[in-house]
Amino acid sequence: MNLTLNVWRQKGPDDPGRMVTYSANNISPDMSFLEMLDVVNEQLEEKGEEPIAFDHDCREGICGMCSMMINGVPHGPDRGITTCQVHMRRFNDGDTLWIEPWRATAFPVIKDLVVQRGAFDRIIQAGGYISVKTGGAPDGNAIPITKTQADKSMDAAACIGCGACVAACPNASAMLFVAAKASQFAHLPQGQPERYRRAKRMVDQMDEEGFGNCTNHYECEAACPKEISVENITLLNRDYIRANLTGVE
Amino acid sequence: MQLESNIPSGPLEDKWEKHRFDMKLVNPANKRKYTVIVVGSGLAGASASASLGELGYDVRCFCFQDSPRRAHSIAAQGGINATKNYPNDGDSVFRLFYDTIKGGDFRSREANVYRLSQVSANIIDQCVAQGVPFAREYGGHLANRSFGGAQVSRTFYARGQTGQQLLLGAYGALSRQIHAGKVKMYTRTEMLDLVLVDGHARGIVVRDLVTGKISSHAADAVVLATGGYCNVFYLSTNAMGCNVSAAFRAYKRGAGFANPCYVQIHPTCIPVSGGYQSKLTLMSESLRNDGRVWVPLKKGDTRRPSEIPESERDYYLERRYPAFGNLVPRDVASRNAKYVCDEGRGVGHEVNGERRAVYLDFRDAINRVGEKAIRDRYGNLFHMYQKITGDNPYQVPMRIYPAPHYTMGGLWVDYNLMSNVPGLHVIGEANFSDHGANRLGASALMQGLADGYFVLPYTIGNYFATKHKGKVTTDHPAFKEVEESVNGKLKKLMDIGGDRTVDSFHRALGQIMLDKCGVSRTAEGLKTALEEVAALREEFWENLKLPGGLSGMNVSLEKAGRVADFLEHAELMCHDALDRSESCGCHFREESQTEEGEAKRDDENFSFVSTWEYQGAGEEPVLHKEPLEFENVKLTTRSYK
Repeated sequence: MNLTLNVWRQKGPDDPGRMVTYSANNISPDMSFLEMLDVVNEQLEEKGEEPIAFDHDCREGICGMCSMMINGVPHGPDRGITTCQVHMRRFNDGDTLWIEPWRATAFPVIKDLVVQRGAFDRIIQAGGYISVKTGGAPDGNAIPITKTQADKSMDAAACIGCGACVAACPNASAMLFVAAKASQFAHLPQGQPERYRRAKRMVDQMDEEGFGNCTNHYECEAACPKEISVENITLLNRDYIRANLTGVE
Repeated sequence: MQLESNIPSGPLEDKWEKHRFDMKLVNPANKRKYTVIVVGSGLAGASASASLGELGYDVRCFCFQDSPRRAHSIAAQGGINATKNYPNDGDSVFRLFYDTIKGGDFRSREANVYRLSQVSANIIDQCVAQGVPFAREYGGHLANRSFGGAQVSRTFYARGQTGQQLLLGAYGALSRQIHAGKVKMYTRTEMLDLVLVDGHARGIVVRDLVTGKISSHAADAVVLATGGYCNVFYLSTNAMGCNVSAAFRAYKRGAGFANPCYVQIHPTCIPVSGGYQSKLTLMSESLRNDGRVWVPLKKGDTRRPSEIPESERDYYLERRYPAFGNLVPRDVASRNAKYVCDEGRGVGHEVNGERRAVYLDFRDAINRVGEKAIRDRYGNLFHMYQKITGDNPYQVPMRIYPAPHYTMGGLWVDYNLMSNVPGLHVIGEANFSDHGANRLGASALMQGLADGYFVLPYTIGNYFATKHKGKVTTDHPAFKEVEESVNGKLKKLMDIGGDRTVDSFHRALGQIMLDKCGVSRTAEGLKTALEEVAALREEFWENLKLPGGLSGMNVSLEKAGRVADFLEHAELMCHDALDRSESCGCHFREESQTEEGEAKRDDENFSFVSTWEYQGAGEEPVLHKEPLEFENVKLTTRSYK
């Protein structure tokens, strides 16, 4: 396959950046999308040019590192997978592809396709956990948890923190990310003591980081590689309202 | 080099309890005066950082990823072992201990493994309390499954994402300590060297991967939780960033490297489809419960699998191991796949003139139990396979091939998880301590969390209370010196100005290592590998081409630093594999096999831990042996015939 790539190149945080066109020739349909970029990069290196910087690590769809817009869609054309799981057989010979970084105020570009997602870490640090110290935990079977609740918690916990939800949202809202973490614990008995406090702290931190508000476009759900449901946002909204009404700290 | 294992005296089951009482404590008010550097934020690093922060220590945690949540522990699928005995099927602390020692082919320390087994149950409790959504039964209790050939069901799991969920639990605990100001987190920061003052580990020199800035960090102890080194093979199931650099640079500063040749090669991975391949994807081993492994009887048979009649297929595992068939252990399955491909009977894509894959066929299972039953069991795996290869495994047999997956070797540590360099602690996959020559399934997560939550937080206090020497700051000349050496090395890499890309060197190294220091090894092959690696390293330092500069983000420079270390570490692995002329666990020396072609251990001459001491550039490392004594188990030979 031969493809034309339009790739966002940006030397550093202060560079305005621009699209640069490359041709990717003799691409095997069995390559993954990132392997196709590897090939292009190695050719650039051979010419003494700097390769396209992009985040990636596990290349099996779980670390949440890879993050790029392919033709305007986070993680490319297929649902329920990350960029590293997209394979070139998904495209046609002669296609032109547009490859860009996540675009959001809270995710500043570091270089090319690499963005800083520390804002997600700070949201979790604000309260996205159950406060328990190492040691002294009761027996794992001490509190029975229905299979349904455990499964719902697991559905929400599947979030890999990649930021596709933010990149897809016209408001660059992080509601799906925050809601997934809040629901994981809201569905479990261990999560109840801090439930409302957690919701409030995480949402407040999200606002502080410069993410937008949710206006129910549901683009986040469509883009999520783990297919996390927007139902979680409903639950978070309810908990957040209750936190404000009851005045939890 | 002094290797004192510091194993407490007394009966096996009382050692840890006794040791916990014997260790000196640090007064709660004084803990904040001790700074601990933790490098790595996977299960071991994150759990240690969080636990040490909770205790009151001043912790600095470093990771090269953009967030501590992305460490490679996240990719573990299967589960985590613990001796809860919830299913009432006869599990016990002693049984997990015995299985681990035996699984490691009697090449690990009894006392360490027993402690691991003892604390395993606490890990599950801790993780449940953190909100890890383990699988549950309808009655609301935790579900268990049998894993990796174990005869009891002791594995806890969270769908196929156990690693991710456990890591997020530890990451939550770590995040809480970051918020509390007890842990300072440095992301996108790579450790480039270790700083010793008066022989003690007192800090590290790091590179900020965003700005390129080199800086020093001083501490009262350094903990390496930097994972394994499978990426020496270029293609492995490890994440792209996994590397040996932190551990290897500690080795060059005097830490012993133990059993570097012990590498687990997982039999069921998706094979290479072309020269561009960047990594290999693991498919759960459970597939071998229903899939039948075969290759064509004839060499170079390129017919489609459906066109090859039953009489022209070789179900080689069933033929050679009638009792266990397709369920033989990982190393046996891996080795046999290599042999049939070496004979020219491999299938699938031709890459570099070879076909390296075997079939894993579900046809008979589908005929027996129906497609629906197979879909219920393996639906997600079949889906993943189809996504990657474009083949539908319900209709065409899967193609699989072994891939490097986990390294049992690592920096040498004593019972306190401290290396021979005082103050330098090593936890998780980065140390050598618990898995001997082979790791059991679902035991990596257990060891990482055991070290981080329940062992290191105790033992590091004992170091502070007994051996630690006074305060050091980064003004100490030792830091200047190491910074200069780091800067010098980076500049040297940038200045080579050759023609060959870093990936091309890495691929070449991987090829040598897979071929000669992989699933099957010979003295002759290892000697050739030593020559080839040395020649490749020489070319690397003369002909490497690096774009960009030292400042700002430079992905190629990061890779080059790691590959430079792999090029030296590969040699260490070959030396170790050459020296250990027995076969044990995952280390198979063709010279040491039974008449039936099985691994033959040599307990008389090799019942020891091989620990290597660095002697300087170009010098052969020196071997130190820590003898292994078995007082509680009887050494047996496994048989899968």
